Amino acid sequence: MRRQNYRTRAVILSVLLLVILMAIYLSGIFITEDMILGSFLEAKLPPDFQHFFGTDALGRDLFLRTLKGLSVSITIGLAASFISGIIAVLVGIGVACGSKKTEEAITWVIDLFMGIPHIVLIMLISFALGRGFWGVLIGISFTHWCGLARVIRAEVLQLKSEPYVAISKKLGKSGSWIMVHHMLPHLTGQILVGLILMFPHAVLHEASLSFLGFGLSPEQPAIGIILAESMRYLSTGMWWMAVLPGLLLVILVLLIDKLGHLLRIIWDPYSSQG
Amino acid sequence: MKMTGRKLIDIFIRNSIKMLSLLLAVSFLSFLLVSLSPIDPVGQYILGLQTAVSPEQRAEIEEYWGVNEPPVERYFHWLTEVLQGELGESVIYRRPVAEIIGERFINSLALMLCAWLISGIFGFILGIVMGRYYDRWPDKILKKICYILSSMPTFWIGLLLLLIFGVWLKWFPIGFSSPIGVLSRDVSLGEKIYHLILPAFTLSLMSFSGIALHTREKLWDVMNSDYVLFARTRGEDEWTILKRHGIRNVILPALTLQFSSFAELFGGSVIAENVFSYPGLGSAVSAAGLQSDLSLLLGITLFSALFVCTGNMIANLLYRIVDPGIREVKE
Repeated sequence: MRRQNYRTRAVILSVLLLVILMAIYLSGIFITEDMILGSFLEAKLPPDFQHFFGTDALGRDLFLRTLKGLSVSITIGLAASFISGIIAVLVGIGVACGSKKTEEAITWVIDLFMGIPHIVLIMLISFALGRGFWGVLIGISFTHWCGLARVIRAEVLQLKSEPYVAISKKLGKSGSWIMVHHMLPHLTGQILVGLILMFPHAVLHEASLSFLGFGLSPEQPAIGIILAESMRYLSTGMWWMAVLPGLLLVILVLLIDKLGHLLRIIWDPYSSQG
Repeated sequence: MKMTGRKLIDIFIRNSIKMLSLLLAVSFLSFLLVSLSPIDPVGQYILGLQTAVSPEQRAEIEEYWGVNEPPVERYFHWLTEVLQGELGESVIYRRPVAEIIGERFINSLALMLCAWLISGIFGFILGIVMGRYYDRWPDKILKKICYILSSMPTFWIGLLLLLIFGVWLKWFPIGFSSPIGVLSRDVSLGEKIYHLILPAFTLSLMSFSGIALHTREKLWDVMNSDYVLFARTRGEDEWTILKRHGIRNVILPALTLQFSSFAELFGGSVIAENVFSYPGLGSAVSAAGLQSDLSLLLGITLFSALFVCTGNMIANLLYRIVDPGIREVKE
């Protein structure tokens, strides 16, 4: 086969990654509660061919539980990306069309959200919503936009000082026309890549929060809860309960991260050769 | 020189005002969030008492806590108390919040300082190595390691370390910052350090990849600059160039980044302290959140915001004052 160029390879690889991620997500949806329901006869088994990840203290298959937990993580990551995307666009518009005062106000709000450690803020929001799934979902969705918003703000400020924007203004084009024709083409790629690179952060925070006990209730499948349970059995030498689900989580995060970098390559015209 | 001195004070004052406004907003935001919660703190408190409480007694507690006051009034009431240094009493520890924060912050500070120094120094050295051998095999291997480490959840790194060093090698105890059955004031310094190693190691593993990758990029930029090319043509050897031009140019941005990472450091310490049951602020804040200890939760939130804002301010000042390039532009 002829060696494909860098960009074509990036497209093929990113489609492949997307398919894998979809597979993890869908498998989590199709795994029903009673498939996870285990028996005490099979409790605390080390990994073998029947149970890839072994079983936990209640005899539940850890591989299935992990998959289901990861699909919950992906849902929360998607929600966080969606809301952050909206906020990032709003910030972009605000900085581009607003006055200096608006820009300063936006910077202040970003600084406010950056001023409280994320975990503490998510804890507070989750507490405000009475903990549980929605607490974590909303907590994570409304804390992860700052980084991207900061990047977008800097980008818009830079675009505003470009000669072609100034010329466009002198030619009598309106602010919204400039926004659509000169700014958005630059920003869409940034926002898209930024959202995908934010996804792993959201997933990791979800895992941390449910690990601490703020997320889903203990009988629900969540990667953090599986790992929190595993802590209790660590000293008895049941390593698989901690190592394998965590490993799958890390692989998931790495895959999404890779996807983000590939998309950046696809979007960036300079990287198409090579 | 006079000019810079005045500018220094000017920047300091402007930053302080901003910090105060942010802290005030944090206090309002956190109070708002806590008041919105459907979780009933009085009910949780009574549950914690584990004795039967009559409706009259409950009403008395509510009266004492000011449950029936309007929220705005309650906020200002709380804020005036906080400004006087009165953070209230913790429900779970049954001690003044200020005292708990003071005591636990020292523990957390030891942990965070260790991790901060380790991750800063090692991250910087690795970043220099990576930037020096950009795109060659040492860089490729180290970059992979950095990416993988930054994709690992902190608590999982902690669990793995606990498994390897605690369960398999038996070098370290599993959890608890002091030996079981010994009063906390009798614990020797050596034992404290012994129990600090694993959490500090976890925390530094979490945070060093950021600084390493950042330094790598910066050094690569410097090494490709015209002045380095000129130094090469003059016949300076690689080590001198690295020492004179590379490290000097990279150390400041790295230091700034390290100071502005206090938020992540604190967040990481929440996780690490919970995994290793280390008695710091992080384990206290999650306990407060889970057991609805409002005054402790609010107190630590404010304190953590103060901590993070201080870091950001130091980063800002460093950035503005020490770098002559930026100082010139700002004139």
